[in-house]
Amino acid sequence: MTQTIRPAPAPARKRPPPPVRGGARDRLIRRAPLLPALVFAIVVTQIPFLVTIYLSMLSWNALRPGERDFVGLANYADVLTDDRLRAALVNTVVLTASAVVVSVLLGLGLAVLLDRRFPGRGVVRTLLITPFLVMPMAAALLWKHAFYNPAYGLINGIVGGSTDWISSYPMVSVVATLVWQWTPFMMLIILAGLQSQSQETVEAARVDGAGPWQVFTRLTLPHLRPYLELGALLGSIYLVQTFDAVFTITQGGPGTATTNLPYEIYLTTFRKFEYGEAAAAGVVVVIGTIIVATFALRVISGLFRMEDHR
Amino acid sequence: MSGRGGSRWGTVAWAVGAWAAGLFFFFPVLWMVLTGFKREVDAASNPPTWTFTPVLDGYRQVFDRDITPYLLNSLSASLVSTALVLLLATPAAYALSLRPVGKWRDVLFFFISTKMLPAVAALLPIYLLVRELGMLDNIWTMVVLYTSMNLPLAVWMMRSFLLEVPPALIEAAAVDGAGLGTTIRKVLLPLVAPGVAATALICFIFSWNEFFFAVNLTATNAGTSPIFLVGFISSEGLFLARLCAAATLVSLPVVLAGWFAQKQLVRGLSMGAVK
Repeated sequence: MTQTIRPAPAPARKRPPPPVRGGARDRLIRRAPLLPALVFAIVVTQIPFLVTIYLSMLSWNALRPGERDFVGLANYADVLTDDRLRAALVNTVVLTASAVVVSVLLGLGLAVLLDRRFPGRGVVRTLLITPFLVMPMAAALLWKHAFYNPAYGLINGIVGGSTDWISSYPMVSVVATLVWQWTPFMMLIILAGLQSQSQETVEAARVDGAGPWQVFTRLTLPHLRPYLELGALLGSIYLVQTFDAVFTITQGGPGTATTNLPYEIYLTTFRKFEYGEAAAAGVVVVIGTIIVATFALRVISGLFRMEDHR
Repeated sequence: MSGRGGSRWGTVAWAVGAWAAGLFFFFPVLWMVLTGFKREVDAASNPPTWTFTPVLDGYRQVFDRDITPYLLNSLSASLVSTALVLLLATPAAYALSLRPVGKWRDVLFFFISTKMLPAVAALLPIYLLVRELGMLDNIWTMVVLYTSMNLPLAVWMMRSFLLEVPPALIEAAAVDGAGLGTTIRKVLLPLVAPGVAATALICFIFSWNEFFFAVNLTATNAGTSPIFLVGFISSEGLFLARLCAAATLVSLPVVLAGWFAQKQLVRGLSMGAVK
């Protein structure tokens, strides 16, 4: 939500038309429609970040009113040596990566299934996208109580036994819920990619004696690559911020087994009231994100070239 | 793999496989809807109850606990912020596509970068600021936050729709002596109306489902639908039917909207990159 990233040098494009160098009046006319949105975005997303940087240099715990000393970078030292935050970082990576990879793979499988005519294809497609449309908070509660619960959850109701799924496999429980919600998203994007594949090329390969598997690995997968990347990238942007599922299903536990960065910073802010430390952690997260996002933006600018090649 | 005629049995096997996969993914939703119509005793039974006489007890209890204001808060925050987003994003997208400003590329990436950075880093200053302004638990706070959350998506989407307008059409209008206002009203708007609808849908979905800011900045006055659900996190006793009734109710608007606008959904979710 904060800060600017310098974009990677974007590739040359055919459209839109190159801006004409006109007079000052012309430039003003061109800029006028942009300004309200730009000013709004800067005010609402950049100013809070500047405030975060300021707060991160204070020793401020809301439980000790009056004490608000300037401590420079001391909070950063605390944050970078804090075991809880390091655990949270590892958990964030594990959670995001596994949810993205599994949902992309499942989405690919489902997209291939749907990329062929069969009776009721539209209905199946509608059924498949529904999990993505369920409110994430509702989905998390549903899985927590109606499926994972050891006493009356449906999983134990079907397979028997009295496994407490959430305490035994906390990370898997959270990831499974996220995968259930995000697989349809991946499926939709990959399906659009499959349907844009040229049938003539596929036919030609078949005439040349290529089997279905060869066609899939040599032609379809390379064609799908930008779509897979786009799905993975957008999925990561959202999943790295996962809060609802952790907050609802495990509360970050047991211990810190499923505490990710958003949840840890939330705890530091609203449970421990360590404002200075929470702000420093926020800044560290932002810097980390900038590094990852600079790379991601390069991927995006590559991806958006494909709209020009149509 | 696609498009091959194949044998009849192949098609049947394919259909069976695809239907099985579809039903497998849909099943939790079905279970949620079914459980919402059970009596609490049946909802929490082990082994699970498969056949039952539907009752409305769950829904009645949810309304008795006053879910209505939460639904209305969600509705107004989502609708107002979506309208604001469109008002801000459409002209901006115009200035980034059809009549681009000099540094349109930098501006475009600035917008998307605000979306990539974690909301959690902005939570504390926003919370303190909102508290200072006396705007905690106020629906307008949520409207502003949701507008800024969806603005980058909307700018990218609207831009991708505007780029599809043939430039010749706009030139023709100019040659015919139409002013900018007339061109926008008579030529552009009819052409991008589906794009506006798709953008509105995506913004509505994300605002309706938003939880992180809502849980930290609202309480009883401005609480949105996901906040109503917070009470269920550590509920004791028999509550599963009630929970599923509430979960079904709060998910319904987005599920229906998404079902009816499947085509626009793909394009919107990919910010206009996938058509």
